[in-house]
Amino acid sequence: MQPGLFHILFISTTLFFLGVYGFFTRRNLITMLMSLELILNSVNLNFIAFNKYLWPGQMEGLFFTVFIIAIAAAEAAVAIAIIINLYRSHRSIDVESAEEMKY
Amino acid sequence: MSNLSLIIWIPLLPLAGFILLGIFGRKYVGKAAGLLATATMLASTLIALYIAYGYFTQYAGNYPKLVPVNYTWLSFANGLSINMGALLDPISAMMIVVVTFISLMVHIYSLGYMKGDERFPTYFAFLQLFTFSMLGLVLASNIFQTYVFWELVGVSSFLLIGYYYDKPSAVAASKKAFIVTRFADLGFLIGILILSYFSGTLDFNTMIGSLTDPNSVQLQSAASHTFLGVSALTWGAVLVFMGGAGKSAMFPLHIWLPDAMEGPTPVSALIHAATMVVAGVFLVARIFPILSISTPVVLEVVGWVGAVSAVIAAIIACTQTDIKRVLAYSTMSQIGFMMFALGVSKYGGESGLGFTASMFHLFTHAMFKALLFLGAGAVIHYIHSNEMKDMGGLRKYLPITHITFLLACLAIAGVPPFAGFFSKEEILLAAYENNPAIYYIALVTSGVTAFYMFRLYFMIFWNKNATVHHEHHHGEGGFAMMLPLLILALGAVGAGFIPFGHFVSSDGLTLESHFDLQFSAAPVALGLAGIFLAMWMYKKENNKPQQFATALSGFYKAAYHKFYIDEIYLFVTKKIIFNLVGRPAAWIDRNVVDGMVNLAGNSTVFVSEKIKKFQSGKVQQYAIWFLVSAVLIAALFIYVWK
Amino acid sequence: MNLHIILLLPLLTAAGVLISSNKQVIRMISLFGSLIQMGLALALYFAFTAERTAGNATQMLFEQNYTLFTSLNIHYHIGVDGISVAMIMLTSFVVVAGVLVSWNIEKMTREFYFLLVLLALGAYGFFISLDLFVMFFFLEISVIPKYLLIGVWGSGKKEYAANKLALMLMGGSALILVGMLILYFNAGHTFDIQQISQSVIGGRLQNIIFPFLFLGFGVFTALFPLHTWVPDGHSSAPTAGSMFLAGISMKLGGYGCLRVATYLLPEGAKEYANIIIVLSAIAIIYGAFATMMQKDLKYINAYSSVSHVGFSLLGIGMLTQTAITGALMQMVSHGLMTALFFAVIGMIYDRTHTRMTAEMGGLLKVMPFIATILFIVGLCSLGLPGLSGFVAEMTVFVGSWENADTFHRVATLLACASIVVTAVYILRAVGQTAMGPIRTEHLSLGDAKWNEKLAAIVLLAGILAIGIMPYWLNDLLTGPAKIIMDRIHP
Repeated sequence: MQPGLFHILFISTTLFFLGVYGFFTRRNLITMLMSLELILNSVNLNFIAFNKYLWPGQMEGLFFTVFIIAIAAAEAAVAIAIIINLYRSHRSIDVESAEEMKY
Repeated sequence: MSNLSLIIWIPLLPLAGFILLGIFGRKYVGKAAGLLATATMLASTLIALYIAYGYFTQYAGNYPKLVPVNYTWLSFANGLSINMGALLDPISAMMIVVVTFISLMVHIYSLGYMKGDERFPTYFAFLQLFTFSMLGLVLASNIFQTYVFWELVGVSSFLLIGYYYDKPSAVAASKKAFIVTRFADLGFLIGILILSYFSGTLDFNTMIGSLTDPNSVQLQSAASHTFLGVSALTWGAVLVFMGGAGKSAMFPLHIWLPDAMEGPTPVSALIHAATMVVAGVFLVARIFPILSISTPVVLEVVGWVGAVSAVIAAIIACTQTDIKRVLAYSTMSQIGFMMFALGVSKYGGESGLGFTASMFHLFTHAMFKALLFLGAGAVIHYIHSNEMKDMGGLRKYLPITHITFLLACLAIAGVPPFAGFFSKEEILLAAYENNPAIYYIALVTSGVTAFYMFRLYFMIFWNKNATVHHEHHHGEGGFAMMLPLLILALGAVGAGFIPFGHFVSSDGLTLESHFDLQFSAAPVALGLAGIFLAMWMYKKENNKPQQFATALSGFYKAAYHKFYIDEIYLFVTKKIIFNLVGRPAAWIDRNVVDGMVNLAGNSTVFVSEKIKKFQSGKVQQYAIWFLVSAVLIAALFIYVWK
Repeated sequence: MNLHIILLLPLLTAAGVLISSNKQVIRMISLFGSLIQMGLALALYFAFTAERTAGNATQMLFEQNYTLFTSLNIHYHIGVDGISVAMIMLTSFVVVAGVLVSWNIEKMTREFYFLLVLLALGAYGFFISLDLFVMFFFLEISVIPKYLLIGVWGSGKKEYAANKLALMLMGGSALILVGMLILYFNAGHTFDIQQISQSVIGGRLQNIIFPFLFLGFGVFTALFPLHTWVPDGHSSAPTAGSMFLAGISMKLGGYGCLRVATYLLPEGAKEYANIIIVLSAIAIIYGAFATMMQKDLKYINAYSSVSHVGFSLLGIGMLTQTAITGALMQMVSHGLMTALFFAVIGMIYDRTHTRMTAEMGGLLKVMPFIATILFIVGLCSLGLPGLSGFVAEMTVFVGSWENADTFHRVATLLACASIVVTAVYILRAVGQTAMGPIRTEHLSLGDAKWNEKLAAIVLLAGILAIGIMPYWLNDLLTGPAKIIMDRIHP
């Protein structure tokens, strides 16, 4: 059976909500970062799938995906830098320990 | 007369003196300040005499109203303008002489009286300021100019009453004087606004012209506008008179005058006896044509206010024990005479006798009352006390003061041929012819006047033996203090012989006054009776006064407490105005008006307290809010707006 | 005369203050800058009157117009008429005095003087600009320094006062901004005052815009009931701050009420005149009674300012040429008088370290100069002839009396009645402070120093110049008042 658009969207939705769930429930910043990557990847999947099924002759979806991957890499670098710094100052990478930025 | 423009120097010389002494007095002039001020006063007096002499000789018998100087000071867009100028007519010519002359006497007297005072130059600066203001007031050609100088004399009076500024009673008295007269001035101001609105001018001559001409549009509109059933013109005139009554210490605005005696005694002589307090009389005389022709009802009010003040003050004067207070009440009583003389007068001709009499009495009163005060000053200077009980038997120690004081007492008591006799007879005659009720009040009052003046005289100079500490005895106080007494005594004796009707009358024409011996009999007899009664009671130390006081217990007590008028005022101001108006206003401002502002601030804080919890610092919470909101917005977008 | 100098000089002074580090140099720069500015203001007056006597009847003189921002049609348009000249003179006098009385400030001297000069700059810019946007810009410039002056150099509840003042004034500014923008969009996309005055704005629209502008400026000029920043602000501000606040800032509001609200929206002014009269009559009489109960000298002067500024607003509400002239005179007079009053209070406080009248007495003995000035300024406040207050109040009264109906009459009578209450509180305050027996701990106090004397003399000269010769000020102000009245009753 040839997988159709629906299948791919199903996977990407699952991936998205897995990411969201992870993002909301994990306290470890690294895990949260990973969940974020899941969300981004689900978006990437969507882009590719729509590009293939709706405008097969065009490349915008692919470009966007590549773009997002690049951004995700940069973002991961920055995020990890922040996490390391946080670890240095708080001795923990628990998100709950970094809540000074409030009212 | 070619030199009329000299007239501006009469007020300007004292002004120059004030500026000079006020700025440089303490540092650079020092002891010479008195002489300098006296010199400017002398020059001013000479010019005033020269001008008055020229005026009265040149226009003898038919006096015009001249305006030798007139400058626009402030002109309003509606055509009114405040001018500063000089109006020369019989009453202002008479007043400049009185003011400069009395002021000169007081200046000379003060050279001795104030010698060694720490603020000697300041004192003279204030005297000069007062003289300047008073001269500006009497010369005013414009009713607003009168108001300007009216306020200035008020403030000079304030400064001089509070001259001994470290004495709390003097401070209180100066405030009281200023505030009470200020309250009256409010009436004056509103009166000016009303009169000027209807007459369309602030100039005295034009205003009097338009408001006395029965055919003028101005008079008709002023008479036809009514407020509370009274015509605007009447309101205006009454309110202007209120200003005059305040300054002249007429009942019920008189309460400041007795307290004003806290000032140095020469000041009391100048301001609170001879000149400033008669400003009200002068003002009424100035607008007299309007009052008598257009609003006779106001003149009626003037007459009754004067009569009531005269009798009340005379009664109170019989019970006071502070010699300056007795003189103050006497002043109030005598000004009452002047006021009701105006009140019973009519405009023009023979029936204008009251006007002439009033001005005449103003003139003679200035002489003998200044003399009385300066004499009292000499006594106080000697005894260092104002209380009559500390005095007695002083005739041996103060011979000149004693004689001059006696002459002044005879003059005020209306004993012929002293000055007061002539002027008071004319007043009584005018009252007799126009308003018998006021005449009888006045008759009784003149008897009482004789009594309390001689009570004062006998208490000071006779009665018990003197208890003077001879070790620091310093005599009567030198030539400077005695010279004015002698000169004024001359006035008190001789001023009555001036044929005043030839100079001053309601319409500027000559008025022949004639004396009727039969008419004079009653007042003179009453006056002599008063004198003998006083002699019987007070010449020797005895307990008759005490017996009288107990016999009249209730009435005596009321009179001794000045009929509780001060207490009524205190109640109204302290209890009602302060507690019921001032305090609530201050409270409302802090709590209600400002409360609203603070409420706005506090409610902002309150709301932000409530919503700040959203800013929890928990990243995941933010993410949830973000997600939920995004979903909600998406749902709204899809299902509501499509 | 080139009006740019009026702004350039304070800018140079501010720059000079910023780059120097020696305190004495800073003081000297500020003093000379403000003195030259005072000279300039006087020169401006003479140049202005010379132009007028030469027959130049243009509404605004010395106009200059540059485009600032084309797409929004914002122009840097400056020019002066009689009102602006009078206000500029007032400002320059108050600034000189303010600089002088702050001579002894040691804490952050440079910043202090910088803010003073900046505030003055804002005021000068406000008074000469003829473009609403630029005017608003300068108005805001003069608000911020006040916040800092009170917050940093103040005393007492200074943070509260600074916040309150800044917030209320900002609220006023917000109202002005809204009104200004409605005006902008309905007058053909222009901020230029003269162009707006040419364009036709409907009566209903005017009725909508007028409250925004008048209330907005009203906050600045202590319009009842938006006046409560006045007592707190004044009492916490440093001496020069109080002087600037009462002497200059409150005048910005009055000037705006007249020049912007009333002049541009004559129909609106007519519509709301009665409300203005009611509010100002309340302010006059109620401010006076509230003053009577105060015990702190600064509160006394602050509340009396509310009462006195009421006369200005009353004059504006009365809508007659004389009354508006009187309102303007009152602004100038009150500016000088109240600045001097605060200066004297500051001098007394520096010596006795108290502002409570009950804790003083007999100061005339040890500080005759200061006490005499206190007397004079008190007498000016209660309207003594020969001093500026009298002239201004009387002009307002005479102008108000022209309205013959009962409502206006009653309001005028109430305003007149306040002169008695004023006398009561002034004499109480002055009497308790300067007269009476002196307290022994005050016996060693000294009199005014040269800088304080000079400051007092500068302001006193202004007061006397108006009080003794009011005609020059009257001539200056009555022309513009007529132009405003011609728009109200065409």
